[in-house]
Amino acid sequence: MSTTEGRLSDLDPTADDADGPDGPEAGAGTGGDGGAGTASTSKGGDDGRRPGELGAREMLRWAWRQLTSMRTALVLLLLLALAAVPGSIIPQTDVDSLAASNWKTAHPTLAPIYEKLDLFAVYDSPWFAAVYVLLMISLVGCIVPRLRVYAKAMRAKPPKAPRHLTRLPVHSVFLTDRSADEVHEAARAVLKKGRYRLRPVTEGEDGAVSAERGFLREAGNLVFHLAILVVLVGFALGSLFGYQGAVIVVVGSGFSNNLTQYDDFNPGTLFDSDSMEPFNFSVDDFDITWLDDGTSQGYSAALTYTDSPGAEEQTYDLKVNHPLTIGSTEVFLVGHGYAPVITVTDGNGDVAYSGPTIFLPQDSTLLSFGVVKAQAASPKAIGLEGLFYPTYVLANGDPINVMGNDLNPTLSMLAYYGDLGLEDGQSQSVYVLDKDNATQILKKNGKPFRLDMQVGDTIKLPNGLGKVTFEGVEPWVRVQISQTPGKKIALSGVILMLIGLMGSLFIRPRRAWVRARETDEGTLVELAVLDRSGGGDVDAVLAGIVADLRAEDDRDPEPAADATEPPVATPHPTDEPGTAPDDKEQA
Amino acid sequence: MSQTAWEGLSNQAIAAAGIVYFLALLAHLAEWALLRTVAQSEVKAEQPVAVGATSSSSSASSASASADSADAPALSAEDVERQEDRVTMAGTFGVLLTCIAVAVHLVGLVARGMAAEPHRVPWGNMYEFTLTGTFVVALIYLLVRRKFGLDWMAPVVLTVVLAILMVAVLWLYAPVEPLMESLHSYWLVIHVVSAVIATGAFTVGGITSVFYLIQSRRERKRAEAVAAGEEVGPDRGWWARVPGTERLDLVSYRLHAFAFPVWTFAVLITGPIWAHEAWSRYWNWDPKEVWAFITWVVYAAYLHARATAGWRGRSAAILALVGMGTLWFNFIGINYFSTTSQHSYADAPTGSPVVATAGVSPGD
Ligand code: HEM
Repeated sequence: MSTTEGRLSDLDPTADDADGPDGPEAGAGTGGDGGAGTASTSKGGDDGRRPGELGAREMLRWAWRQLTSMRTALVLLLLLALAAVPGSIIPQTDVDSLAASNWKTAHPTLAPIYEKLDLFAVYDSPWFAAVYVLLMISLVGCIVPRLRVYAKAMRAKPPKAPRHLTRLPVHSVFLTDRSADEVHEAARAVLKKGRYRLRPVTEGEDGAVSAERGFLREAGNLVFHLAILVVLVGFALGSLFGYQGAVIVVVGSGFSNNLTQYDDFNPGTLFDSDSMEPFNFSVDDFDITWLDDGTSQGYSAALTYTDSPGAEEQTYDLKVNHPLTIGSTEVFLVGHGYAPVITVTDGNGDVAYSGPTIFLPQDSTLLSFGVVKAQAASPKAIGLEGLFYPTYVLANGDPINVMGNDLNPTLSMLAYYGDLGLEDGQSQSVYVLDKDNATQILKKNGKPFRLDMQVGDTIKLPNGLGKVTFEGVEPWVRVQISQTPGKKIALSGVILMLIGLMGSLFIRPRRAWVRARETDEGTLVELAVLDRSGGGDVDAVLAGIVADLRAEDDRDPEPAADATEPPVATPHPTDEPGTAPDDKEQA
Repeated sequence: MSQTAWEGLSNQAIAAAGIVYFLALLAHLAEWALLRTVAQSEVKAEQPVAVGATSSSSSASSASASADSADAPALSAEDVERQEDRVTMAGTFGVLLTCIAVAVHLVGLVARGMAAEPHRVPWGNMYEFTLTGTFVVALIYLLVRRKFGLDWMAPVVLTVVLAILMVAVLWLYAPVEPLMESLHSYWLVIHVVSAVIATGAFTVGGITSVFYLIQSRRERKRAEAVAAGEEVGPDRGWWARVPGTERLDLVSYRLHAFAFPVWTFAVLITGPIWAHEAWSRYWNWDPKEVWAFITWVVYAAYLHARATAGWRGRSAAILALVGMGTLWFNFIGINYFSTTSQHSYADAPTGSPVVATAGVSPGD
């Protein structure tokens, strides 16, 4: 089978443009439309000189032509794919900052090198940006000229039929008893029905039929590529002006939207904190359903919120996948856990620490880790560190946690006293106990003093340091709060991309010609079809046209006597005759 | 029916589907073996492939066809006819068995979803994803078999499906569990359905590209041999059915052109919408997303390559295979490389509620 796939890019752009779509052989010899010009690598080119011999201006022109060539686009695309790889293998600060810092600690020699290469923030790095900016420039340089060419092609009429239709790769010949005019008339009707655009009958031509269809393909292609830019703009707005924050809120307490309240805050480069909306909310209740097998089935947090201080209070049942939208800010429920309520009473009998303490889940059973820093305790500051078991069971002497439901909540912590590293005023994670200068509390036998407690238990620390009480358990929820400007732009962009893409991939631009000539043996009909996209089953299309044309023909369906070149296309055995070519095309 | 009964039914159905796929493969292998004894001209004649297949290879083979029939084993016309009947029967039998296997495979999938309480889509973990992926590969093959004349591909598709299915059953099996919280979204259904359909079509397209590369090598060798004045017989047996490079390229392109927009829809539209609802960011650069993006870009490059002089043909086919590589790496491989993915099934097969800890990043 033969197609003329992609021949367009073989073309010398200047030559093609000069000829225009109406040039006598434009369709025939090349199948090119003017649009291919800038997309192609110009091998011959109008200036046969080598770049070294060019002046600065021409040099620039040459460089521009290189940059906007299809080959460059291809290489840049592959480069983009390649550039995206490291970010999926090396932990990214943006995605998982803890994993990134752990990695750095584990690879002390590599880390500084990687740091220099921005390998912990690949997608914000200048070199990654360089690739996609080049790609975008290439895209604009490629698409804008095509827009112009396309506008011109829209108004042009289908080119004249080439003189020798049988020289085209996909052609067919047959003999009929009808007159040439009748055949031409019938061909016009058939092609018109197939939604081809016909070249008007022109004085001085031989009456051959020229038809063309599939103009929207190029439109789809242009829309698709331009929509990529729209998506990029939307995405950029979000990452420059938006922010992402996260906070853990214990049930029963609240949150008001300002910077200081966040545990984690990740603003875009151009983010302005004035754009934060002044809402606040409180988490009134937490609801979760536990299944028998220990997994959870749906959880939700009951919120009461106000859009701004003093505004009317509203309620919302916050669930995973069902964010709450307040103005342009969205609040998402992304996790939950437990905060054991712990009270530390110091050696003087004063309460040095009391309240729900957020423990972070370590695994799917919500076995959680947490610390208590009773800095105010006297005579010595007291620190606790350990695990919380929602459903504690002692199996073969080993403590294990059975499931996430708090059926048998148990705390198991080690205790420290002295310098907890808080005096020097350095900021410190609330989830980590600095034990470097602290002293571990030991039992008389020298083993670590461990506090194993269930709700209601109080344990006295040795040496008059004080006592610890496990009062109860409160659930907490983790919410993510974000502002993502431009997300609607990005979404419209991708939808536009998809629509353009479908046009670009499924609409087949085609030219078809039919010429009938009266000979001694009857009227000789020559047909040819040219697919300009390289994706069409041209033979089937041609066979369809032939079948339609011959449907009313009573002549014996013998191919033309012209034996040296038998018809390339015979009707497809499984094709139902008469199906519009397009039905078969929509793969 | 109880949960365990459904789960048992699912396991049995998958095992049965595996066996029937195997029988279908045997039927096609028998067809292949029988074909070897039938001269190529007859095979070509009965093959319901579009014109393209015949005309493309005709240039190479028709010239030597007459020479060939001379040195073919002397079979009487009757023998040939009987042999052809057997070939047709084996082939039809193979297709029939494949249809049955796909139906049973579907039963296995549905039962898997019914086994969970509450019922759900069977896409909770790697095992289920792989079951679905192989199902779609087989289904797409069946759906486009006639349209693209893919009979020749049967043994390959069946082998691939069977092999992956075996990997799933042996190494990826996980008991039925409810979906994790963030998967309770109809976007999941749309996202996964489209991603899996695209994966299936890309895979069948990739198989076609592999054959494109092999066939182009053979055609080159033949052309060289002809140029060197050697006598070249026509393809025999199964190879005689594999279409010429142009047809293979076209079929491959059509499959990719179908899969690419579907993939775009899955990865760049529904994925981000769902991610936005579940995790608050529509694009996280999470490893799954990165590799889906890489796959998308590679396939875009494939489509460009097909329209670029010097890249179309072989290089484009190689790009299609690179795409298939990144696609399946993303599907399975990345799970073993990265611990930061938020995609649940990328996690341990227990389906731990990653969302519960997401972003809190305890010291793991
Ligand atoms: C993010 C970057 C890009 C993506 C994802 C992309 C994707 C695509 C896709 C999917 C097609 C359809 C192919 C087909 O019709 O078979 C296409 C066609 C095309 N692209 Fe791109 N493209 C990108 C960048 C570019 C750039 C930078 C250029 C210019 C140098 C370019 C020029 C073209 C041209 C000229 C066509 C039409 C080919 C033809 O006529 O068959 N593209 N592109």
